[in-house]
Amino acid sequence: MTAIALKVEKVAVHFGGLVALSDMNFTVGEGEIVSLIGPNGAGKTTAFNVVTGFLDPTHGAVSYRGTALNGLKPHQIADLGLIRTFQRTSVFPNDTVYDNLLVGLHRRGRVSLLEAILGLPRARSSHRRLRERASELVEWVGLERRAHDLAGSLSYGEQRLVGVALALAAEPSMLLLDEPVSGMNASETHTFVQLVRNIRDRGVTILLVEHDMPMVMSVSDRIVVLNYGRIIAEGTPNVIRNDPAVIEAYLGQGATRA
Amino acid sequence: MRSGIAILTIVAFASVPLWLRDPYLMNALITTGIFIIGAMSLNLLLGFTGQLSLGHIAFFGIGAYVSALTSLGFDVGLPFGFRIVHVPWPPIVGFVLAIVVAGLCGYLVGLLSFRVRGAYFVIVTISFAEVVRLVALNWVELTQGPLALTNIPSITIGLPGLGDLTLRTKLQNYYLVLAVAVVTYVLISRLVHSHFGRAMRGLMENETLAVSVGIDVTRTLTLAAVISAGIAGAAGSLYAHYIRIIDPEVFAFINTVTMVIMVITGGKGSLAGPVVGGMIFGLLPVFLRPIMAPEAQWIAYGGVLIVILFVLPRGIVPSLALRFRKPKSRAETLAPVAFSERDAKEHA
Ligand SMILES: Nc1ncnc2c1ncn2[C@@H]1O[C@H](COP(=O)(O)OP(=O)(O)O)[C@@H](O)[C@H]1O
Ligand SMILES: [Mg+2]
Repeated sequence: MTAIALKVEKVAVHFGGLVALSDMNFTVGEGEIVSLIGPNGAGKTTAFNVVTGFLDPTHGAVSYRGTALNGLKPHQIADLGLIRTFQRTSVFPNDTVYDNLLVGLHRRGRVSLLEAILGLPRARSSHRRLRERASELVEWVGLERRAHDLAGSLSYGEQRLVGVALALAAEPSMLLLDEPVSGMNASETHTFVQLVRNIRDRGVTILLVEHDMPMVMSVSDRIVVLNYGRIIAEGTPNVIRNDPAVIEAYLGQGATRA
Repeated sequence: MRSGIAILTIVAFASVPLWLRDPYLMNALITTGIFIIGAMSLNLLLGFTGQLSLGHIAFFGIGAYVSALTSLGFDVGLPFGFRIVHVPWPPIVGFVLAIVVAGLCGYLVGLLSFRVRGAYFVIVTISFAEVVRLVALNWVELTQGPLALTNIPSITIGLPGLGDLTLRTKLQNYYLVLAVAVVTYVLISRLVHSHFGRAMRGLMENETLAVSVGIDVTRTLTLAAVISAGIAGAAGSLYAHYIRIIDPEVFAFINTVTMVIMVITGGKGSLAGPVVGGMIFGLLPVFLRPIMAPEAQWIAYGGVLIVILFVLPRGIVPSLALRFRKPKSRAETLAPVAFSERDAKEHA
């Protein structure tokens, strides 16, 4: 059993009368890839918002590597190495892809203001390292040709990649990806799966929200299934594939849609 | 090319006193220069964080009063029978204190307003300016109220090996203001291109995303407010020691509006914007005065403002830069070396 990285305990979120999450308990081990799946409106994004400090839970607690996250602001949680991406595309639209990454490298780029103003050697060498790192990241997500285009002018799939590169720039020890391949075509998705494995191989823990079932099944170590704010199943891809409650939730939703 | 333009501009400004002898015009240039420093400080907030300080003149005025009082000395009674007696210190100390005190006020205002954003900062800054104006008007024992602080000494600087030099003439003050303006420009430019500047820009473009990569909103905005207020305080100090008389009218709302107009017409978020906008609106009165009544002048300013923003909606400098450069990147000095080389090879 690996050490526990993320621990979500008895978390509930109420929006007025709406119960978006109720009594949610799960853990993610160091270096694991865990997927959080469930129909639209199940509460997956809400769970991300709680974990990353964008939303205070109505009840319950979240801890990361033993640190309680309650009451911490999003930037403080990011400082613990817990970094997320967003379901809706999120880039700095009026900056180039390259400059987006320089902003994303904020955590690594901190030098004292005085050093920066005076242009001291430490600030300069830090800036040089940041540029190198930004170039590496651009290459890593395969956007070299777009490096000097405004992020807002990129295709939807490319913007999603920028979003992931931005998160990587923030040096996560755990990465939360909210529907990263939605809007990507098949080949982009394929590349992306490789990328996720790569990231994990570098020791980054991953929590993934995704609707693309083949991808989820192929990439996850474990899957947590949410429906109407409750966890209805949890286990390896094989267990989940054959779980009656899960089939019911998905088929049920399909049936009401039809 | 950018630094070429910068050096040419500095040389051009430095040469002005060589051919311009008209004291009235020199005076207009000096006060314009002082206001341009104020506008640059306003631009740091408005252009690079998107926060509008509609009481910016408060920091300027506080700088002016702090510097004046430091160099004049004062003797005021406090409650419970305490008195503060301050003997005059050299104006240059006043200059430094002006920056420090104005910066502290910027910290206070930032602290009060940046936990909640939106219209908050605008309202807090306006109220702050009004409160400070009322204090200056009514604490007569300290500020002389409407009677004004007079006989403020000129700034004296110690030159190594040459002894002390008191900057009394317009010529000397012109170069003093020019020097402070250049330092301010360089300072803001360095800031904007540092990791701190990138944090500011990130916050302005997409706050949620910026926060998610670890950028601390409150800290970043407060720091920007402190630096901005400190620079405005420096400008106020220059003003006090040049004009040598200061009254609560310095806090008038119209002075803030003037700075805002300078920034917006020149181009907020552009380093050179406040300089260009400042030159236009600083010198416009000089040319309009002989041909127009004061009321007509105000209408003319409004007309010029509208025409500029109609023709060049982003402000003069950014609009022209777009037209001449057709850039893909707006990363002016963040120009990524590694990539431009590779791209050059690719295109070759
Ligand atoms: N800020 C909010 N205010 C009110 N209701 C919300 C808010 N955010 C999410 N919800 C509701 O909570 C439920 C869960 O939403 P969400 O977490 O976005 O689902 P998912 O990401 O699984 O599709 C939905 O019914 C949604 O409408
Ligand atoms: Mg969602």
